[in-house]
Order: sequence, then structure tokens, then C-alpha cells
Amino acid sequence: MKRIFADLHLRPNLRNEMQTVSMIRKAANLGYRLIAIPIPLILTEDKVRWLQDLCRESCIDFVSRIDLKPKTSRELITSLRKLRRRFEIIAVLCETKQVARQAAKDRRVDLLNFPSSHFRRRFFDKAEAELASDSLAAFEIDIKPLITLKGATRIRLMSNLRKEAMIAQKFHVPIIISSGVSDELLMRKPRELAALASLFDLKEELAIDSISKNPLALVKRNREKLNPRFIAPGIRVIRRGKDC
Amino acid sequence: MLKKERRRYLALKIDSTETFSSGEFMNALWNALLKLYGEYGASKTGLALIDYDAEKRFALIRVVHTAVENIRAAIASITEIAEKPVAIHVLNVSGTIKALYKKLKQ
Repeated sequence: MKRIFADLHLRPNLRNEMQTVSMIRKAANLGYRLIAIPIPLILTEDKVRWLQDLCRESCIDFVSRIDLKPKTSRELITSLRKLRRRFEIIAVLCETKQVARQAAKDRRVDLLNFPSSHFRRRFFDKAEAELASDSLAAFEIDIKPLITLKGATRIRLMSNLRKEAMIAQKFHVPIIISSGVSDELLMRKPRELAALASLFDLKEELAIDSISKNPLALVKRNREKLNPRFIAPGIRVIRRGKDC
Repeated sequence: MLKKERRRYLALKIDSTETFSSGEFMNALWNALLKLYGEYGASKTGLALIDYDAEKRFALIRVVHTAVENIRAAIASITEIAEKPVAIHVLNVSGTIKALYKKLKQ
């Protein structure tokens, strides 16, 4: 069966319609069938609908995503309470240890992301992985810094990613590889993203799963939960009415 | 006994509005390979340029079959050629040039 590839972190400048259109079309040409675009809270519903239509025209499944960047764990909890039912994917950029731990143990968080150039702020260690494996959160790796960074910074990033990927595998935390790009020329084919994952020693099969199987499973699970018929995993409303 | 080296041919597309000479293209490819894998790693790839069309922005390269993933990673890490922004994509991979052109025509 042919694999379906997903990029859960495509970041076009939504103010620039031309760029958004060309990036979505390019994603389709490169072989992606599902993309997630982070949507700012100020974006109108019309614009979101426009994005959905645009993706439908290009035969791509559109997933709404929000990137949270809270300063404290309290702020994270408040945002999650407000936004969980509005977006299909919630990603948290963990910039403090307190936020990272809260995000890892909260079942409403889907993706854990860490700053790529601030190495002291990468908190994905064993404790974080253990919490994440219990809460079903996935560890997201953006490939953009691997392409754009040069020299010692890139070497250090690769070294950190190697350790983190190993920890994630040990604790069965799903790894999701995304592009994280906002420029059309930095977009890469799914197989190329998987090849770049070999730089941090992720095996080919695992790398391909992290751009197809893992993101698709996450989106499927969340869509099921957001369905009004959903009650609990495995339990859903079949019929409503007086005769039930 | 010396094992026969299995080869793979890769068809590449250069995504840019500019045109580049084959020298500039190979220079960028070797540089990317050297940065990621060093001279020792690069020497094991058996990289060679087979065909290059500057106008069509198309290149055909040959590598050792064990180095295909390394070459893919090096190609994906290229962001500029001769200081001009580009992206290079692998169109197809095959064991013979004939089969590769056949795949590209499909």
C-alpha cells in the first residue's frame, strides 16, 4: 500500500496569500497528502475556510494547528482549556522546564517542540520522555534548522537530536518529523526529510514512520475525539432520539 | 574476493530561477557532502556526474548503492549554489541509466 506523507508544521506567511498558495501547491507536488498550518488566534474564520478550500483544490488534507508558547504552566493550562476543542493539533514550544513538564504530562497536548538554537532550553530528557509516554504526547523535530544552521551550531544540534531521539525510542514516545519551514525553497520531499533524519541516527523505517504513520495516527485520534459523537476511546453515540 | 560495486543513478531537479554550470553544481554537492560526512565519508560515496542540462536544470549522478541515503541527505541540505538560493530534489533513483530515463518518461 502506498504511504501517505504528512507535514505537520508548514509555516507560510498567512498575510502573504501568494506565498501561501504556492507553498500549499508545492507541498502537493512534493508528495504530501496532509499538512498542518499553525493558525494564529487573530485569524478570521473566512481565512481558515479559504485555507481549507485551497488545500482541497490541491488534493491535500488540511489540519488546523496552534502553536502555544506559554511562559508558565498556569498559562499553558488556561490556553489548553480555551483552545483544545478549537484545533485539531496543539503543539507547545517548551521554553522553560516547568512548561515542558506540564506539557508532557497534560493529555491535551499533542506535540512537544523545543527551541533548536538554545541548547540549554532543550528539556527532552528521560523524565520528560516518561511523562510524555504516559500522556501520548509526541516529540516533534523540525528539520529546518538542520538545513539552515551551519558549522558548530548544526553539529551541536545534531548531537542533541541524536540523544533525544534515542530517549524517545527508549520510552516509546512517537517522533514526528516536520519541516517547520516558512520559505518555499526550504521545502523538501518526504524521503529527503527521512534522509536528513539519518543525521541523528534515526533508522530509515522509523524516519519514514515519523513522517507518515505517526502524524496520521495523531490526526486520526484527535479527529475522532473532536467528533460530537465521541464519548471515550471506543465509545461513541450511534443514535440519538426518543426511540433510543 | 573483491565484491562488485553496485551503483545507483539519481535524477535531480534544481529548483531555482537561475542557471548554473555543471562545475558550480558539483561544487555545491561536494561541499554539502564534505560538511556532513567529511572527506572519509565523501570518498565512500563514489559520486560522479553523468549528465547535466543547465537549461532544464536537470542532473544525473551516479553513486554507490550504500551511499544513496547519505547523498539524499547531502542534497537536501543544499540551500545555495554560487551564493544563489536553490533547492535540489531527487526525482528518481534507479540501478541503470536506461531504467531511470524510462521512469522519468512515465
